[in-house]
Amino acid sequence: MTAVSPAAGLVESDEPQAESPDFKRNYWVFAVPATVVILAVIVFPWLFTVYMSFHIWEIGGGTTFVWLDNYRQLFADQRFHEALVHTLVFTLLATLIPIVLGTLAALVFHREFRGRGILRTIFVMPMMATPVAIALVWTMMFHPQLGVLNYLLSQVGIPPQAWVYSPSTVIPTLVLVEVWQWTPLVMLIVLGGLAGLPREPYESALIDGANSFQMFVHITFPLLWPFILVALIIRVIDALKVFDTIFVISSGGPGTASETINIFLYLQAFAYYNIGYASAVVVVFFAVIVAISLLMLHVRQKTKWNA
Amino acid sequence: MTTFRISRRRLMQAAAIVPILGAPAIVRRANAQSSFDWKRYAGEKIDVALTKTPRNDYFQSVEHEFTELTGIEVSSEQIPEQQARQKQVIEFASGSPTFDVTNISLAVMKRLAGKGQWLEDLRPMLDDPEQTAPDFDFADISRGGVAFSTQADGRMDTLPCSLDYFLLYYNKELFEQAGVEFPTSMDDIVQVAAKLTKPENNVYGFVSRGLKNANVPVWMNLLFGQDIDALDAGGKLMTDTDEAIWAANLYRTLNKDYAPPGTIGFNWSECQTTFTQGYAAMWLDSTAWARAMEDPAKSRIAGKVGYGVMPAGPKASASAIFAEGIGIARGSKKKGPAWLYLQWYLNKKNQSMLVQTGAGSSARISPFKDPAVIENSPLPRAYFDMLVKSIDIGRPGLPDIIPVTEFRDTFGVALTNMIGGAEAAPELKAATEAFRPILEKSEKA
Repeated sequence: MTAVSPAAGLVESDEPQAESPDFKRNYWVFAVPATVVILAVIVFPWLFTVYMSFHIWEIGGGTTFVWLDNYRQLFADQRFHEALVHTLVFTLLATLIPIVLGTLAALVFHREFRGRGILRTIFVMPMMATPVAIALVWTMMFHPQLGVLNYLLSQVGIPPQAWVYSPSTVIPTLVLVEVWQWTPLVMLIVLGGLAGLPREPYESALIDGANSFQMFVHITFPLLWPFILVALIIRVIDALKVFDTIFVISSGGPGTASETINIFLYLQAFAYYNIGYASAVVVVFFAVIVAISLLMLHVRQKTKWNA
Repeated sequence: MTTFRISRRRLMQAAAIVPILGAPAIVRRANAQSSFDWKRYAGEKIDVALTKTPRNDYFQSVEHEFTELTGIEVSSEQIPEQQARQKQVIEFASGSPTFDVTNISLAVMKRLAGKGQWLEDLRPMLDDPEQTAPDFDFADISRGGVAFSTQADGRMDTLPCSLDYFLLYYNKELFEQAGVEFPTSMDDIVQVAAKLTKPENNVYGFVSRGLKNANVPVWMNLLFGQDIDALDAGGKLMTDTDEAIWAANLYRTLNKDYAPPGTIGFNWSECQTTFTQGYAAMWLDSTAWARAMEDPAKSRIAGKVGYGVMPAGPKASASAIFAEGIGIARGSKKKGPAWLYLQWYLNKKNQSMLVQTGAGSSARISPFKDPAVIENSPLPRAYFDMLVKSIDIGRPGLPDIIPVTEFRDTFGVALTNMIGGAEAAPELKAATEAFRPILEKSEKA
């Protein structure tokens, strides 16, 4: 039986009607799985790490709440300061050099020439290799007496080098490995940018009499900058995280000459079993990474094409 | 009244009968010895977590023999040493490890394992003839190794399963060419190294570990020459004493003046490569690497290697020993089968095969004196002669403390700095001051 409501002018029915969906009240259910996963694998470990950093955490023993003592100890720890400096120097070199070389390589491979495809494939091969495997190969190559690098140097009259076996050359040498492996990544990113550049500005510049260098400085580079910035962000984050290569090649040595925060952290957590102290290192290092990342994202925002 | 007289004939008859009456008991016991029930846990399965070594490669390859003997299935895995330590710490700390049997480095993990009571005390099983095979021959296991594996409170939570001794490898060919004899004292090593160092030929008199952490046992062995350890009996650090400085200066001179360039970053593997390729005349390190010396595929000096007992120091002769112990997880529900596995792992046959094949050293003494083992070994008799002498002068290569890794890192950096040119005394003083609070904290905990 149906009736007409005079007020609404709608037909009223005795049969139950499907309720209209209440997006505000019901759709949160669909977000629950993702929220639970995020809480379980990101938020909880992070909060627990912060919690542990306020304790002396004995493996197989008890815990003692020490409030900020781990942080006080950390900021007074000379070895931590050195590790921080090593990390920043390594990151700076292992970012800037691949950016420069990768950009140059992209400009080269952007041009048409015979054998370009094969050469480009060979160029990106280091990127495909497993870091630990290549670290082992480089370790053999760095051997001061038996390594192939010193042999090659001797063939051109250069005296043998200590490579990773000297405190003064270990970081530049580790950077060399990093540059060798990750320059191709920068090249690929920049090459992608080059492929998408518009032709019109170049045609106008040619008509105006600009030479190649002027076109690069005033057209190519500004247009490529957003792509370079993406490569820069990826490289900075990667370089800050490097552990495997350094651990396998130098283990942070000689002495502590190449001990980065990651190696320092590993030793505290898994060699000395200072879990609370290691957690404090994680928290501080995380803050450093977030600060650097935010700074770079801020720069990127300001350099958008349409900004 | 009758007098009961025992005639001589009767006495002899009685004497003959007594052993016959007692025979069943003796036979029963003899049967028990010859028929130790290896099959009592047939059908069970145990999990074994081993560190990755040639020794454990051998044990995995003959695991089926244990199953045939006992009827117990074995699920074993080998994990590289560094990762194995982390796995052990995490699993033991969790309270329910996934393995029943594991082996640990006694130099690094012993005190930690003891403090956490991670492993079962093996003494009750060892003393129980029902559980321990009569031919196990515990007395054949090196006393030094047993002392190494025994905790301060007397608990024996592992049995030593491998014992390596520090020795001085030398290149006989280079020695003959230079007309020099093997050094007779620690000071003499310097004199000999000086005569053998010829940088123009890319040959150096000496090589040893310079890499932080790895280098500390070398210094420790030199320190033992002064008849002191890193800590005295009262637990006081002896690492900045005159004796320690003497040992550090010796280490510094040898590695700075007579070792190849780059030794500052050398671990044992780089030293081994340098020595086996003929670029160093002497190498102070462990017996663990001896097998590679005589492998022509890896060594250019195979057949030319001398195995010298560690030369005497001013006050003592000593060889640093490094041991692995094998034990049963306290949380294991299969301690009986696990104990059978330990007995099989350490039986004379397996330990002899280990030495004979060159797969590893043994904590037992008998394999090193067994003519059949020596004859069939890829290593020369001189190696075994050196080992037998080293057993007598062996002492644990690192102090029996919990923060062993921090000890090695702290003093390792000091030693590395010395190779770089720093003076021994201030470096050791600074390292001692840096390490003292770590040691005190660990002892309080």
